[in-house]
Order: sequence, then structure tokens, then C-alpha cells
Amino acid sequence: MTTAREYDAIVIGGGHNGLVNAAYLGKAGLNTLVLERRHLVGGATVTEELFPGYKYSVASYVVSLLRPEIIRDLQLPRHGLEILPLESTITPLPNGDYLGRWADHDQTRRDLYRHSPKDAEAYDDFGTLMYQLAWAVKPILGMIPPNPISPSIRDLRTMLKLGGHLRNLTETQFHALFKLMTMSSADFLDEWFESEVLKATMSASGIIGTFLGPRSPGTAYVLLHHYLGEIDGAFRAWGFAKGGNGMVAESIASAARSHSVEIRTEAAVDHVLTRNGRAVGVVLESGEEIRAKTIISGLDPKLTFLKLLEPNDLPDDFLDSIRKYRIRGSSGKVNLSLSELPDFTCLPGVGPHLRGAISVSPSVEYLERAYDDAKYGAFSRRPYLDIVIPSMIDPGMAPAGRHVMSIFVQYAPFHLKGGWTDTQREAFGDTVIDTLAEYAPNIKDVILHRQVMTPLDLQEEMGLTEGNIFHGDLSLNQLFFFRPTTAWSQYRTPVRNFYQCGSGTHPGGGVCGAPGRHAALEILKDLKR
Amino acid sequence: MNRTGAGAPTAVKGTPFHERTQALCQGKNWRRWSGFVSASSYDLTHEHEYHAIRSAAGLIDISPLYKYRICGSDAETLADRVVTRDITKLAVGQVCYTPWCDSDGKVRDDGTLHRLADSDFRLTSAEPTLLWLHENAEGLKVEIKEETEQVGALALQGPRSLNILNEITDGALAELRYFHVIQTQIEGISVHISRTGYTGDLGYEIWVDASDAVPLWDTIFRNGVKHGLAPAGLLALDIARVEAGLLLIDVDYMPAHRAVIESRKSSPFELGLGWTVSLDKRNYVGRTALREEQSRPTEWEFRGLEIDWLSLEDAYAEVDLPPQIPGMTLRESVPVYAEEEQVGYATSRSWSPTVKKYLALAHLQAKYAKIGTELKIEITVEHQRRTAIARVAKTPFFNPARKRATFDVVRTP
Amino acid sequence: MNNYDAIVIGAGHNGLVTAAYLAKSGLSTVVLERSATPGGCAATEELWPGYHVDTGAHSFTGIDQRVLSDLQLSSGELEILSPDPVLVSPQHGRRTLTLHHEPAKSAQSIQPFSDRDAARWPEFLEAMSLATRVLEVLYETLPPRLAKANKGDLWELARLAIRLGRVGRQDALELMRLIPMTVEELLDEWFESDALKGTLATSGITGICQGPMASGTAYLLLHSLVGGGGVVRHRSQLRGGMRALGTALQQAAVRFGAEVRLSSPVSSIRIKERCATGVSLESGEDLEARVVVSSIDPAQTFLRLIDPTELNPEFVRAVKNIKYRGVCAKVHLALDDAPVFGRGEENGTQSAVLQGASIIIAPSIEYLERAYDDAKYGESSKAPYVDAVVTTALDPSLAPEGNHILSAVVQYAPFKLKTGNWDESRRTVLRDSVIDTLSTYAPNLRDAIVHCHVLTPADLADQFALTEGNIYQGEMTLDQIFMMRPAPGWGRYQTPVEGLYLCGASAHPGGGLTARPGMAAARAVLSHSTKNR
Repeated sequence: MTTAREYDAIVIGGGHNGLVNAAYLGKAGLNTLVLERRHLVGGATVTEELFPGYKYSVASYVVSLLRPEIIRDLQLPRHGLEILPLESTITPLPNGDYLGRWADHDQTRRDLYRHSPKDAEAYDDFGTLMYQLAWAVKPILGMIPPNPISPSIRDLRTMLKLGGHLRNLTETQFHALFKLMTMSSADFLDEWFESEVLKATMSASGIIGTFLGPRSPGTAYVLLHHYLGEIDGAFRAWGFAKGGNGMVAESIASAARSHSVEIRTEAAVDHVLTRNGRAVGVVLESGEEIRAKTIISGLDPKLTFLKLLEPNDLPDDFLDSIRKYRIRGSSGKVNLSLSELPDFTCLPGVGPHLRGAISVSPSVEYLERAYDDAKYGAFSRRPYLDIVIPSMIDPGMAPAGRHVMSIFVQYAPFHLKGGWTDTQREAFGDTVIDTLAEYAPNIKDVILHRQVMTPLDLQEEMGLTEGNIFHGDLSLNQLFFFRPTTAWSQYRTPVRNFYQCGSGTHPGGGVCGAPGRHAALEILKDLKR
Repeated sequence: MNRTGAGAPTAVKGTPFHERTQALCQGKNWRRWSGFVSASSYDLTHEHEYHAIRSAAGLIDISPLYKYRICGSDAETLADRVVTRDITKLAVGQVCYTPWCDSDGKVRDDGTLHRLADSDFRLTSAEPTLLWLHENAEGLKVEIKEETEQVGALALQGPRSLNILNEITDGALAELRYFHVIQTQIEGISVHISRTGYTGDLGYEIWVDASDAVPLWDTIFRNGVKHGLAPAGLLALDIARVEAGLLLIDVDYMPAHRAVIESRKSSPFELGLGWTVSLDKRNYVGRTALREEQSRPTEWEFRGLEIDWLSLEDAYAEVDLPPQIPGMTLRESVPVYAEEEQVGYATSRSWSPTVKKYLALAHLQAKYAKIGTELKIEITVEHQRRTAIARVAKTPFFNPARKRATFDVVRTP
Repeated sequence: MNNYDAIVIGAGHNGLVTAAYLAKSGLSTVVLERSATPGGCAATEELWPGYHVDTGAHSFTGIDQRVLSDLQLSSGELEILSPDPVLVSPQHGRRTLTLHHEPAKSAQSIQPFSDRDAARWPEFLEAMSLATRVLEVLYETLPPRLAKANKGDLWELARLAIRLGRVGRQDALELMRLIPMTVEELLDEWFESDALKGTLATSGITGICQGPMASGTAYLLLHSLVGGGGVVRHRSQLRGGMRALGTALQQAAVRFGAEVRLSSPVSSIRIKERCATGVSLESGEDLEARVVVSSIDPAQTFLRLIDPTELNPEFVRAVKNIKYRGVCAKVHLALDDAPVFGRGEENGTQSAVLQGASIIIAPSIEYLERAYDDAKYGESSKAPYVDAVVTTALDPSLAPEGNHILSAVVQYAPFKLKTGNWDESRRTVLRDSVIDTLSTYAPNLRDAIVHCHVLTPADLADQFALTEGNIYQGEMTLDQIFMMRPAPGWGRYQTPVEGLYLCGASAHPGGGLTARPGMAAARAVLSHSTKNR
């Protein structure tokens, strides 16, 4: 069965990157089709009303790095995107104290000062340096990585630009950047701070989505992400999408449709059709065959190359490097419906702290031990939790007076000893609730519904290999021109007319949309549009 | 009412004098200063407060200043290592104003350093400096203690300030010369009094344990009323300090460690603080860079500007208006030109009620910084950009003899 | 005489090499050593009558050949003994894994563990030696200056790029990919056998407070291959004990006219107007020189020997931020009988041990990682990684006839303990953990022990003047190599103090008995002093 119509482009996967890609292609006049396996678009960026009236940002739950140029080019606010600020982060402590970092500088300073006067000061110095570095790194995110093996003229220009850019850094900045790229977040922060809870909470942002502990080298540079948002000209860029994170995808989809992009849900692609080394179409699981001049995959590199294509479509060394590509799932998600707000021992009652993030990360050792469990194939006995209560910011997320809570949990290894079963899933959920109950004792009494997502669920439902939320480890040897593999970091693939646009390409994960946009621009360049 | 829960920190605090300042602050005109609430003005306008400073006395709560004590056998070494002035020459009981730099010779902050005893210093600063002191104390035998919240501070400034204090300190101020400090008592309250200030006038700063702050305020006030004492807020102070040609951090310069780009940093020479830089004392932070800079011709100077009133009048006359200038210090940077070329920028501007001139403090390229040079400053007249003539002038603009004078004070028996 | 061209602080092998080169170039040079013997960590002590024990390093990969020839060290002075097979890795209830110089022989030993691994072994060696070749180019070059690079720096960078390109652009990129990897990841790309991976992974973790699952450990594996002539875990020792290295280098330095003063601890480096002018000795004597070269680590050089007010706070902070975190301890056993490793039927293992092969206890990567887990929280490994050698195997003269010395490096024994310090009870626990661990593979060991001696990390720190007992004078992690070694931006042997240089393992290209930092530092000193003339 073949659909008669031939498209200019087919995008496989309606995740946010696939949608961004399609929207840009549509905007350039390409007759574009998006094929999504599930009944709704968004991939890992979805809002689902799993229980009547309670809307969950099932997987990704905050907006941080969504590229401002995408918001502008696609006019996303007009398509329903509204980002509400996440103002604070508090870290409750077992002794009933807490550390808060707030929107107000003086308030943050005062709170840090309680824990360490020196840290209160170092925090500002650190902030200045990170701001400078974020500014320095930002252009790299916008670059098409050069091909270091056989560089084109453009690649040489990119390298020169990169070199010139790095030359502008002061020595202090350059060395700090070098350290950020190579050190563990705990070690990096040790150079600045003495307060355990501050170091722990800051390093927690370095381990999100990685199968690494805060003492693992390579976790420091993610600290930069926190500051990247600040330089985008978008005041307080960390936020929460009104209507849940699914609204990010919905608004992009709406923008895409406005450019005549066709989006088909419940249309799972079985494989890509190739003829003489070029992609000519796709075959759906239903058997339907759809032809297009250009095929783009928004899936991760493993699925893109090992599932959608036949091994003989690809050169051996390329296949080998994709097999070596590391993609390890380490996180889970628990979503709750609540009859009442949680009551934290450290800050009793309802207060502004519930409008921000709540981070269960009392010490570096706590996080490291959580990682140790995962290293040997167990979920953390006491996990790191990153909690937000979207209904505090957007009352539309839950029935009046009720709430929803999103809990990002680490670590939950994909390769659990004995495998993930229903029993294990529930045990994992219980562990999360028990952990939270140590800081907010009323939590068990106020839960109405609970959804537990294991890494296996993330794989099965969201199509994330091993449940890795970044489409592949963000390690140094999997970044920039190594992502996903050397010489194939420019969104093209060894199969002609077949492109990749997922987070497995530069600049990687986080709901930033840049891979989708970059890929579209490269495709349009190839098509001379 | 407290929605923040029991343990939530409040962003702003009152100073140790807050109980009193709050009652006096009629306009509820507060601003934040280093995390404390501080009165911009107590009256509904600040005019009276300014004139109190210049003609009687004003009492300013300066407690939000960061305050550190440096003690121990290497206290002098640490102080000398951090600041640009030669502290080995600072006698006990002396105070000095000094900037301090990073290793590139760029100013991090400025403040006063009090030598309370041979190995006991008090440093005041505008920015938190605890960490920087610790980083410089490596290998030294010193104890560094922050006393920002533990010590309240009042600036009593103006021609009558001596009279007010003299009566309640048992004549202890008789020998207190400009930039010196003594420890004494005010009606049984132990205080340090330094003859320092930020107004360029006769004046004192009084340092007191926070627990004695309110009684101290009351005593000074009780005695001051007959001398025309008024509480003064930051708006009045801001005018006085421009008249005195005194720098304000974050306004007239950016602390080097907060500057995101290099060009925002300034050396002491570029801030007109060359006189505070000792190039031949023992090695200290920034010396190498400062020596190197000193050997080159200076690129930037920090100068006063007097804006020509007639040219201001002309500019306004074009739209049929008399000159309009605000009654408070303006802190937005505006360009300064020589002919068409921009040669600098003015960071503070203020009408001086005392010298009756429109004044500015400006960063100027050295070759345009000679006293008397005629430049142009940007003004906005009825939504349009214009320029007015501005002449480079010596600071302080206002410098009364009483500021440094010695007095014959009669000790009361 | 108390006026020299150059003063070298510390008579470790790097200090002596620097001194010898400087003297050879005509500089009047003196080496000042606090202890009574030269050699630093290459030390041999007669711990018990007739037993000459290598209390510091007991193995080395290879000293740079150029040093041996430049300094005219004859094989009579310095007799290098290198066993083949290089290592045995005993396994519980299985055959012992043995690695040889000859790839085919090693493959044969690997084969019972995995056919696939055995087949890939030669290919692995080839890939590693390609990467090592590129690394060696980097080791031969002063680390590039990238921040605020001027034209000269860019020119240097371009030349380096050309040199790397000549070795192979693909290989250079492959090295770039390998360097940040974990040694586990690297080995997983090649092998499946736990025994083989565990054994090889040890090279990636030696001397650092990281486990095999830490990024950058792949680099350390490659570092360990430099100078090994393509042999993994190449090991050498010296006839007469490791102290022979210090003795020989001392003689060489003296031959070129340097003076070596032992038992002369330096109390401070004298500085005037930010220039080094000489040193003061603890004896009270002052020596003058226009160049001072320190072979001791930066913490001691800058925080102990120099008046802190002479240094910028930013630099002091950078020095204080250098990570040392020593994790090695040593256990020395005098034995009246040869230990029997491996199962009885395997006399191959026994003969390897008695030919001087390293005995590696590292049955799997997980074993190493768990050993690290303990150290991460400030405890000694309950089941440690042990690198032992019967030093008497290759040189029976080190012990009374018929007796043996077993020297073991143990990891992880963290210098900084979570609670308490390295007291007697800790020492006993450490000793027992090593003896227990070894005994499970060599059951006769316990009964053969006649003497036992333990050096905890605290002892190593004291005895060899190593900050926190780190054997590399600073961890060899990615943030502390190349232009970041010893401190960010100071990768070229110079320091913020004019005329003061570093020449020890803390300097590029880092630790091990290679003599490379000493040689390169001498080159840097000489190039500056000719420029300044």
C-alpha cells in the first residue's frame, strides 16, 4: 500500500525537535509530513490528563534552554506558549533546616550566609564567572560542528571562529572553562564553596539525566546550563510552560501546521526505505508506504541507525561507532495528584517556596551514594528528587484547590538487576514517596493518584532508548563534532537524503530545539532553498 | 500574614537603629542598601536634610556598610597586603581612606581602614569582602571577623556635629584630628568615634555595638535637637558626596570582580585615586600591575565637571523653557564630548545647593582632563538630545576649612 | 661557595636530571636534598638486616632513553631488569591471566577467558600504540597557550597541529575521543572478560582518587603506556634496588660539575621584587642563585617555602586547588619462602612470579570500583587493588639467600580519612587487608612472612615529601594535565616568581619515573637563561 502523494520531507518522530524541524521546513515552503507513533505529539515533552482534571507533564517538566530564536522565528507565544517563572530552589535538610535560593539577590545572600558567610560571597563571584562563560559558550551552541576529518571551507571558517572566540577569553575564564569541561561538579564546586548543602544542590543540576555521580568527572559543565538561560535576553529563562510542558510541543506543532505541515499521530514508522544508498520514503508499521525526497529522523541515534535502517545501508565503521555511542538511562519520574499541598518540616505551611523547585539533595555524599546504588544495578535507596508543583504556578493543572506534583528521580538504572517489573516499579515509587515523606511528612496522606515512570517506561512510552532523556550521554567525547559520531555531526548521515535532528546531535539534550532547527537549516542548504 | 512560613528568611533587614529610623521616616521612602532597608529621606523631601548637613548637622544611619575586624600578629601585614596605601605608616588611632585592587591593579572596592590598636584594624567596605580577606590571609596569623550586623554606625555630619558630640563625650573629641579615631563613651555607651565621613564636611562616624544602638541614637538626638540636628537619608548624602567629589561604587565605578568585561574595570589612577597608591611599599595585591601602569601615560582620569548654566539656559530657551534640573543626584551615565567626538562619560550629576552649580563627576580621556578644558555634556531637553558646555573642574567642589580644622574645645568639668 | 647559577631543590630523579642537564650546559649548579640519600621516591632501604626493600616505587615503565644517553649513564651504572611475562593476574577458581611482551603469548593466556578477547588483543595493542604515539608528540611539546594567544602562540599551535597531522589526523582525533573516556568504557569497546578488563583498568586508576568508571581514566591508561615500547604494563626494576637510580643520576650530575648536598633541607626560597634570588637552608645558611628549580610539589614550593605575600591571591588559590588526594599505601613483606600464586597445576604462574612479573589483584572492573567506593567516603578499601612484586625474583641479592621480598602497592588507602587519622590500628587493618587479599591467591604466603612493614599514605607523605601522599605530585586527572599542570596556565615550568621553575612530577607531562619533566624543565631554564644573557 503506497500513499500516492510524495512529500518533500518526512520527519520521523513528533518530539519537540522533530516538530521544530518540520516547522522550519514548512516555513521554507517544503511540503512536510510529521509521523508520530503515539496519539499525541511532543515525545518526551507532553502534558497528559491521566486522571480527570489532573494534568501531568509526564516526562520533561521545566523549560530552560528553549532557543529564543526558535520562539521568535516560529512565533510560539502566538501559538500558545506562555512561560511562567520558576523563582526559587529550596533544599530541605534532615535536621529541619533548609537552603533557599530565591529570585531576590539579598534574600539568597542572607540564606547562604546562614550556611556559610564565605559561600554567600563566593556565590556572587561564581555567578559572575559563570555568566561570562555562558556568554562565551553560547555561540558554540549555535554552531554547526565542523567536520574535523575532512573539513570544508565552511568548517575551517567555523574552526577559526571558534578559535578566535576562545582567544577572546581571559586566562581565568579559559582555565575555568577547561576545568568545567573536565572536572566533576563536586570537585569544581569544592574550589568555590564550603557549604555541603549548597554544593550538593548545585551539583545536582550537573547530574540530571546522566549516569554519573557528583564526583564523576565530566559533570561540572552542566552547571553552566543554569546560567545559559540568563544571557538569552529572556529574563529569568527557567520556567514552567503554562498548561504543562506539552504546551511547548503543542505550540510548535501549531506553528508547524500554520506553515502547512501535516502531522499524523498513531503512525509509527517501521523502517526507512532506501534505494541505491539514498532514502526514498518510509514504511509504517501498518505497512503503509510513504515517499518523500528527504527523510529526517528525530529519534535517538540508536533507533535512527539500528532500527530504522538495515545494517547493510550503513558502512561498518559507522555502525560500529553508533553501537559504541553511550546512551544510559538513569532517571525516573513520579507524578502525583494531591488533595492538599505538601507541608515541609523546614518551611511549614504554604509559602513562596512551593512555587519553585524543591531539591532533595542534602549532601554530596547523599547524591553519590544514590549513584553507587545505581552503578551496581539497583535504584537509589534514597534518591535525588527534583520536585515542582506546577499547579502552584498554573492553577489550570489541577481541579480547584487540588494540586499536581512532578518528581524527577535519580537514580533509576535502565538495567535494573532482575529487570523492571510491576512490583519493582511500585517499590521504586514507594521509595520516592518515603524519601519525600522524610521532609514533608503529610505527603502520604494527601496523594490521590500516582504515576510512576521507570526508565523502561520512558523507553517504551516515549521512545527514549534506555530511558535516557538526552538521547545519549552528554560526555565530552559525545559532544560537538563527536555527537553522535565524528564526521557525522552535521545532521547528515551516510544515507543520502536521510538526516537526523534529535537530541543525539549537537548541541544535545534539554528542551532547546536547536538540533531540530540546525538540521532544518542544513537540509535547506542542501536543497539550495 | 506571614505567608513565608516560620523559618523563611526575609530579604531585607532593619539596621540596629531601625526602631528609631522607622518612626522618623514619614514618607516611607526606603531603599535597599546591602540587604538592609535604609531611608532615602525621612521628610517627604530631602531638601531640609541636605541643608542640615551643610548648615547644622545631619545624622545618617550608615550601618549597612560591611565592617570587618582584622586582629592578630600579622594583622598589619594582611591590611598592607590588601590595600594600596602604606599601612605600616598608619599610626594607632589613625584612619585612612583607601581603595583595594585585584592582581591586575583594578579596583575591587574602597573604604576606610581604622587602626584601633597595633594589631587591631577595622575595615569598612561597600561590597562583601570577607572571602577576599581570607584569600589574602593564606599563611598569615590573623583573625578576620565580620561585624557588619554586630556593629551599628552613624555618621554625624555638619558644622554643628562637633558641638553635639562634644557635650556628650566629656570633651574627648578635643584632640580628634581629621581621619583619626578614638574609643570613648557617650553617656556610658562604649563607642569608637572617627573623624570621617562621606560629605566632605566637618563630621564624625560613630561605631557602636548593635545592642547599644537605640540608646545611642536617643542620646545624640536628645542633645542634637538644640543644634538643629536632623536625621538625613541617602538622597541628601548623595548630593553632599558629589559636592565633595567622592566616588560611589557601582555608580562611578564597577568593582573589578563584578565586571563582566574588562573595559568596565578601573585602576585607582583612572579613578583619580593615584594619591592612594604606594608603589614602593612591600608587595601587595596589584602592585606589579600598578607600577607598570604608572610607567605609562594615563589613559583615563576621573574629574569634576561644572556645567555652564548659560549654555544650559540656551538649550532650554530653544523650546521656550527655563532650565530644568532635578533636585537629586542622577546616576545614569551620559556621554561627554569634545567637539563631535565622545571623550568620556559622566557617572554622577547633581545640582549643588551650596555652590549653586550643576556638577558632575566624569571619566575623561586624559588629554581632555586638564582643569578648565571646555567640553560638552549630553542633556535631554524636551525629549531631544542636546549638549551643554561643561568645564573640567577641580574636586572637591565644596571644601570648607572646618572639614580638617583643629578646634579649641573646652573640656566640660 | 654560596653563589650559583642554579639551585635545584630536591634530589629526586627529576631534580637530579635537571641539575645534570644544567651543569652539562655549564651552569654552576647545586642540588639541595633534605634526606641523606638521593633518588626521592626511587628508594631502597635495608629495613631488616640483609633485606633491601624498595620503599618507594618498585617498578617503572621506562626512563626516557635520551636522558640515559645525554647523561652518559652506562648499563654498568644503571642496570635495568625487565621481566617477561610482565604480569600475572590470579583469579579465584580460574586460571591466572598472564601478559607477556609477545602479543601472541598474551593472547594465548587470554584465550581461556574469551576467544573474542584473545582475537582482539593484537588489534587493541595496535590501537593503543597509535594513540600513545600521538600522546608522545604532545608530551614532547610545551603545552600550547590558548587563552589570549598571541601570534607566537598561534604559530606554535599551528606547528603542533602539523606535527599531529603528520602522525595522523584520524589518530589525533581518536586520541581526543579516548582521553575523556572512562577506562571501563574504553575496555568495554574491546573486551568482555572481567579478568582482562579488571587487570588492564588498573593502569587507569593508579595514583588517583577515581574509580575505573570515571571520565579521564582512559587517559591515564594511555599515559602509563608511554615509554613502554608497546607492552602493556611494562615493568622494570634496577639491579641493587631502585636507589640505584638516584645514585647513578647523582654521579652523572657530579660528573658534569654539579654539587649535590644531601641532608640539607631548604627552609625558604628567597625572593626580592618578585624574583627568586636564592634559598635559605634550615641550617641557617643562605645560598644565592639566579635560577631556583624546585622538584618538590607546588603545595610545598609555594605554600611552605615562599612568603605568601609574594604571590597573588589568585595564584595561591590556584595552588591550593590542586588536587593531591593520595590513595596509595605500601606493604613490604620479608618472606622465608617463595609465595605460590595460582592453582597448583599451573606452574606457569609461579614461574612468572619468580621471574619478577607484577602480581595484579584486580579481578574485575566492579572490584576496582567497589574498592574506590570505600575511598570516596574516606575509608580504606575493604578489598583493595594490589600491585605486588617479588623484587628478589630478578635480583636475589636484595635479600638473604633463599629469602624473598614482596613489595605491594595498595589502593585505595585515602590520605584523608573520614574520621581520625592514620594511627597504628589503621595501619594494622591496612596490613591485614593486603595480606588477606594476597593470601587468598597465595595460601602459603601468611606462613612465609618473617617481617612486615607498612607505609600508609601519611608515611609516604612524610618520608618522600609528597603532599597528601600523592605519588604523582598532583592527581593525573584531565583538569590537571597539559597546560593545567601544575596549575592552570603554568604548564611551561615557569612560575609567577621570576627565576623560579618547577621540574618535578607536578610539571608537564607528569608522574612516573620517566625523567621527562626534569629534562623539559632544564630545557626551559636554559632557553630563558640564554635569552636573558
